[in-house]
Amino acid sequence: MATVDKAKLEEYHKKNVIMILILLVIWFIVSLGGIIVVRGLNEINFLGFPLGYYMGAQGSIIIFIIEIFAYAKYMDKLDKEYGFAEE
Amino acid sequence: MSNQMLGYIVVFGTFIAFLYIAFATRAKKSDDFYVAGRRVPTVWNGMAVGADWMSAASFISMAGALNALGYDGLAYIMGWTGGYVLLALVLAPYLRKFGKYTAPDFIGDRYESHAARVVAIICAIIISLTYCIAQVAGAGIIMARLLGFPMGAAIAVGIVIVVASTVMGGMKSITWTQCAQYIVLIVGYLIPVTALCIKMYGHPFPQFAYGDLLYKIVAKEQELNIKPLYIEPFTKMNAVDMWVLTLVLMVGTAGLPHIMMRFFTVPSVRSSRYSAGWALVFIGALYITAPAYAAFQKYVVLHEVVGKSITALPDWVTAWGKAGLIKVTDTNGDGILQFAELNIHRDVVVLSMPEIAQLPYIVSALVAAGGLAAAISTADGLLMVIASAISHDLYFRMINPKATETQRVILGKSLIGVFAVIAGLIASQNIGFIVQIVAWAFSLAASSFFPAIVMGVFYKRTNKQGAMVGMLGGLLITIFYILGVKFGWPTKINPILGIKDQGAGLFGMIFNFLSCWIISAVTPPPSERIMNLVDHLRYPVKLTDEFDSFH
Repeated sequence: MATVDKAKLEEYHKKNVIMILILLVIWFIVSLGGIIVVRGLNEINFLGFPLGYYMGAQGSIIIFIIEIFAYAKYMDKLDKEYGFAEE
Repeated sequence: MSNQMLGYIVVFGTFIAFLYIAFATRAKKSDDFYVAGRRVPTVWNGMAVGADWMSAASFISMAGALNALGYDGLAYIMGWTGGYVLLALVLAPYLRKFGKYTAPDFIGDRYESHAARVVAIICAIIISLTYCIAQVAGAGIIMARLLGFPMGAAIAVGIVIVVASTVMGGMKSITWTQCAQYIVLIVGYLIPVTALCIKMYGHPFPQFAYGDLLYKIVAKEQELNIKPLYIEPFTKMNAVDMWVLTLVLMVGTAGLPHIMMRFFTVPSVRSSRYSAGWALVFIGALYITAPAYAAFQKYVVLHEVVGKSITALPDWVTAWGKAGLIKVTDTNGDGILQFAELNIHRDVVVLSMPEIAQLPYIVSALVAAGGLAAAISTADGLLMVIASAISHDLYFRMINPKATETQRVILGKSLIGVFAVIAGLIASQNIGFIVQIVAWAFSLAASSFFPAIVMGVFYKRTNKQGAMVGMLGGLLITIFYILGVKFGWPTKINPILGIKDQGAGLFGMIFNFLSCWIISAVTPPPSERIMNLVDHLRYPVKLTDEFDSFH
C-alpha cells in the first residue's frame, strides 16, 4: 500500500479536473457551438465543404477523437509525475 | 448459382464464423461471464464497443435520416459520437477503477442504498429491453428485404444466433464475436459507397469527396426550385430543438448501460481511457461515411431519377418500388418525375447503393451480412445488461448473496435465453411503438444514470438522498414531458422552446444534477467509508486495502 500525502492527491485531482474542463469547452465549441453559428460557417469553403456542414458531419468527430487521445496522454504524464502509473 | 443462394451462403457463412468464435471463447467463471476476465486488450475493447454501439439503425437508417433531414440530421452524428468524449473524460476511468460488474453496482454501492440499486436496475432493464427488441426487429427486416426470408423465420434465426453467441461465454464470447462483427459490418458498409466514389471521382474516399457533391446538390436544387435546400440548417427542427437533441444524445450515449459495461472489461484505468478513443475511431469510420452515403444518394436521385420519364426510371428505382420502399406517383400527369412525386423510404439509401453503383449481387449480400452483424452485436450487449442486472444486481447482491459462482452464471445464461425469446415475440408484433421508445432511451439514460454517476465521482458530498431524488425525479420529469408532448397525456404540454419529445431528457438531466448538488448539500453527508471510496475512484493507485474485494 502506497502512502501518498493528501495534498498531493488533491493537486492531482485538481489538475485532472482542469484538463477535463478545458477539453469539454473545446468539445462544446466544435459541436454545440458550431450549431449556433452554422449559417456563417456555411459561407466558408473548407476542404471543398461548406464549413458549417463539415463541422457537424466530420470535423467535430475528428476533434473528439484527438481530444480523447490527448486526454489519455496527458493523464499518462500526470500519473507518472505523481507516481500513480499502474503496473 | 442464384442470387438468393449466394446471399444465404454469405450471411450464413458469417453466422458460422460468429458461432465458432463464441464456442472457442466459452466461459464458466463469473468473472469471465460478466467482465470477460478483465483481460480485453485496449484496442480490441474499442472495436467491441464499436460493434456494441452501432445498431441496425446506425447501419440501415442513419444515412437515410441524414438524406431526409439535411443539416438537422447531423444532430445524430454529433450526438452519438460526442457522447464518447464524456465517456472517456468523466465516466470510463472511474467505472473501471470501481472495478465491479455493472452500472447498478456502482449506483448501489456509491449511495449505500438498495433502493437506488433497484431504480438503476429498472432503468437498465427498460432501456436495454426496448433497444434489444428494435435490434431483433432490425435483423428480421434486413433478412426479409435483402434475402427474401419470411419475417417470422428471420427473427427466429436472429434470436438463435444472438443467444448462441451470448450464452456460451457471456461477456467473454460477446467481446470476441463483436470484434468479428465489427469487421463484417464496416466492410459491408464501406464497399458500396466507396465503389461509387471510385466511379465518379477515381479515388476511394467518399468521405472527402462529397463536399463537392453538396455544392452540386444545392445548385441542382436551386435550378429545380426545390425547397428547403439540402444544407440549409433548421428546416426540419428549430435551432433550439436540434441543439438540445444533440446535447441529450451525447449525454444519453455516455449513460447507456451496455456501453458503460464494456469499460469494466479492460485491464486498467489507463487502458479504459485509450479504449474510449479507439471506440470512437472505429465508430467514426461508419459515422463519417453516413453523410457521404446521404449525399451520394441525393446527388444520384436529383441527377438520374428526377426529371426522367416515369416509364424509363433506373432499374434500382423500379426494383425498390416493387418492394414498396420507393413510391412514384405522377401527380401532375405529365409523365415526367418531379422531386415532389418521389417518396423514398429511409432504409433504401444504404440498401440500394450496391445497385446504384452497379455492383454484383455479392456486394448486396455483404451489406446484408453487415447490417445483421450490426443488429446482432448490439442485441448481444443489451441482453448481457439485462441478464447481469437480474442475476448479479438483483439476485446476487440483494436476494441471495451466498449464491455460488455456478448458480449465478447458470441464472445469467437462462435469463439471456428468456429475454431473447421475449424480445423476439414482441419484435414479431407491431414494432412501430418500440422504435419510438428507442428514440427516448437516450433521454432516459441522460436523466438517470449519467448525472448520478458523474456527481458521485466529482462531488464527494453527493449522498443517497440527492441521488435518489435526482434519479427518480429526473426520470419522472422526462417521462412526463415525453407523454405530455407526444400524447397529451396525462396533461397536454406545449413544447418548451420547440423542444420535442426526443429532447425531453434535458429537463430530467438538469433536475438530476441540481438535486444531487442541492439536496445532498442540505442533508447529512455520506459516510466516511464512501468518502474513502470516492478517493479510491479518483486516483488510479491503491490508497487503502478497504476496497480490495472490489477487484
